[in-house]
Amino acid sequence: MSATAFDPAAAARAWRPPALIGDARLRWAIYAGALLYAALALGSVEVNWTRAAEGLERGARFLAGFFPPDFVSKREEILDGLLESLTMTVVATALGIVLSVPVALGAARNLAPLPVYLFCRGIIAVSRTFQEIIIAIVFVAMLGFGPLAGMLTLAFATIGFLGKLLAEDIEDMQAEQAEAIRATGAGWFQLLAWAVLPQVRPRLIGLSAYRLDINFRESAVLGLVGAGGIGDTLNTAFDRYEFDTAAAVLIVIVAIVLACEYTSGWIRRAVQ
Amino acid sequence: MPGDAALLSVEGLSKRYPTGDLALDDVDLQVPAGQVMALIGPSGAGKSTLIRCVNRLVEPSAGRVRLEGEEITGLGATALRRARRRMGMIFQEYALVERLTVMENVLSGRLGYTGFWASWFRRFPRRDVEQAFRLLDRVGLAHMADKRADALSGGQRQRVGILRALMQDPALLLVDEPTASLDPRTSRQIMRLLVELCEERGLAAIINIHDVALARDFARRIVGLRAGRIVFDGPPEALDAEVLTRIYGEEDWSRALRRPEEEDAEEAATAA
Amino acid sequence: MAVTCGPDGIPQWRRRTPRGDLLAWAGWLGAVALTMLCFHYISERTIWAFVWDAPAQGADLVSRMFPPRWSYAAQLWRPLWDTINIATLGTALAVLLGVPVAFLAAHNTTPSRALLRPAALFVIVASRSINSLIWALVLVIVLGPGMLAGILAIALRSIGFIAKLLYEAIEEIDPTQVEAVEATGAGRAQVLAWGIAPQVLPAFAGISVFRWDINIREATVLGLVGAGGIGMQLQASINVLAWPQVTMIFLLILVTVLVSEWVSARVRHAVI
Repeated sequence: MSATAFDPAAAARAWRPPALIGDARLRWAIYAGALLYAALALGSVEVNWTRAAEGLERGARFLAGFFPPDFVSKREEILDGLLESLTMTVVATALGIVLSVPVALGAARNLAPLPVYLFCRGIIAVSRTFQEIIIAIVFVAMLGFGPLAGMLTLAFATIGFLGKLLAEDIEDMQAEQAEAIRATGAGWFQLLAWAVLPQVRPRLIGLSAYRLDINFRESAVLGLVGAGGIGDTLNTAFDRYEFDTAAAVLIVIVAIVLACEYTSGWIRRAVQ
Repeated sequence: MPGDAALLSVEGLSKRYPTGDLALDDVDLQVPAGQVMALIGPSGAGKSTLIRCVNRLVEPSAGRVRLEGEEITGLGATALRRARRRMGMIFQEYALVERLTVMENVLSGRLGYTGFWASWFRRFPRRDVEQAFRLLDRVGLAHMADKRADALSGGQRQRVGILRALMQDPALLLVDEPTASLDPRTSRQIMRLLVELCEERGLAAIINIHDVALARDFARRIVGLRAGRIVFDGPPEALDAEVLTRIYGEEDWSRALRRPEEEDAEEAATAA
Repeated sequence: MAVTCGPDGIPQWRRRTPRGDLLAWAGWLGAVALTMLCFHYISERTIWAFVWDAPAQGADLVSRMFPPRWSYAAQLWRPLWDTINIATLGTALAVLLGVPVAFLAAHNTTPSRALLRPAALFVIVASRSINSLIWALVLVIVLGPGMLAGILAIALRSIGFIAKLLYEAIEEIDPTQVEAVEATGAGRAQVLAWGIAPQVLPAFAGISVFRWDINIREATVLGLVGAGGIGMQLQASINVLAWPQVTMIFLLILVTVLVSEWVSARVRHAVI
């Protein structure tokens, strides 16, 4: 049939199943490297098996201590911590949104001059690099213990989160719309209000709702370094070996996170 | 007539979707071995549902389907998989697994004959690989064997889709709108290839197609479906304005039926 | 948007209906009032004298933090190595456990919608709603301090993350490619390996690396509750107010996180 004689038998003998990594030497080097790393990394985990074995029994006893969860005896503390977490979340999210909008505008290359751009990108980078806990340590050191430090931590983290995503969104927006508005003779602020804002508003609302959710989750751990919230209550419960109360706190956290997730999902669907 | 000679026999087949739509309404159909049949009808007439009910990608609501005397309806999962090997399917959008190579896609036709681990490590019997190369060479794609499927053009992809079905060593091809995503020239090439391959191997085929001219040129028998019922069953020559109106509804069909003589002659030679 | 008829009979255009106007204003008022109320709550729990003192405190802190104690780095390599191992091994474990959960949770692959799917979704929600630091807190109590608690904490938090994103990716795959593999007579496992896995592989790689990047960040603070890694040194340094050491740790974390982010971006870029 074909002009040049094609030998299917020879082709079949020569055929090899395609591999994920084309170069055989590179492939084996990667396999060997992965194996070596796994061995080294697993070796670095010092597991004292006798201790782990007795730990299991101890762990079982501790876990038994979690049941039944005790919501009642520390009701005051739990409610207090919860209210603190919620207020921190609300204020931090509001403050974060208000501050992140100018940062996002500054970090959008199509709107801001280079020095402003670099400065705003710097803020975003610092905020995103460090865990909330680390930021909280610094704020606690400066402002003393309490929810204010926690609130500022969350607000700072919100700036990084919203600022980055919003800036990317602004950079991705359709230039034609902005041009059309500019062509009408609109000023810079009018440009923002008529060309930028309408395009990014659904995403701004969606991201804010999502961040509200994240901020509550995070507020539950900031208490570990003294920055207020329900994490404080949890930490105290652990310190006093009141595991039944700790279990109650954990359940409350999960329930509220679920409620938050459900609400924020609902808000995001509503603005789509 | 529903003789025992029929390769495929469909009796009283109905399909009602959970939404309440009746897609097929008491369909009876016999296809003898080696017959290439075109199934025409307006969109939503149930063409796609009919061929999917044959290999039970869609579960029929009522009726019986028999292939080579074996009742397909009512087979258990394992027996159904064995029965599916005798029915090759070809899809409108090719339905190649895009991230696998051409060769892997062709070999996937052998999955029903190959154990899981053998297929996982791509250890197909040598004669399967040879057969795959022979077929690839037949359609002029042997040099593309190790290309990824998403690097191919539409016509090339559909050829690979046809080879995948042929690798199953089928008795019947179920072909769902093979040309809907192709340009007119490629469409004719693909249809010609299909008919040739069916003749070479004595395969029967049910070809869903909305292009009446293509159906008339390449099929020896035409079945018209409207609103889930068969309203026409006969040779291509019997297609006239009255029949088309019965299938598709009122329209001036005279222009659609008039065709240049020489093309007729050329195609008749191929289709006969 | 609303067009109403003014008293003079001339149509007047307004952005919203009067009712819409009122609702929008009420919404804004409510949001601002809630934020103020929450802020009031926080401010009551804040010793403002400390806050007014914050600039001085901050300046003092900075003066004590700089210059970093460079020599301390020599003691940090081992904890840093541990941190990376916690993140990597934790991610690996989470991938191992999260992938089956994802397949159970995706509605197009789950073997049982009534039982296993809700169970898998519950696992995802439970894992996601508890911060890894809290997981670590609990695990340190059960298993004793050390890397093992850290690895498990990271894994437990990441299962939900990986499973959620992966099952969303699984639900978005092209169903006809899966249908095509089914039509060849392939078994369930083969359909998974040939039809579904190739389609979700890029998403899977992206998600895993993305989570690994996040986990590097998380692993830097697990030590605060005794779960191994560089956080242990951080905790120790803070306890003795050795601020130059703290700065050194921060710098190291900064570099590590930036490198991991770069690696993750490179890998994600390569697989897409």
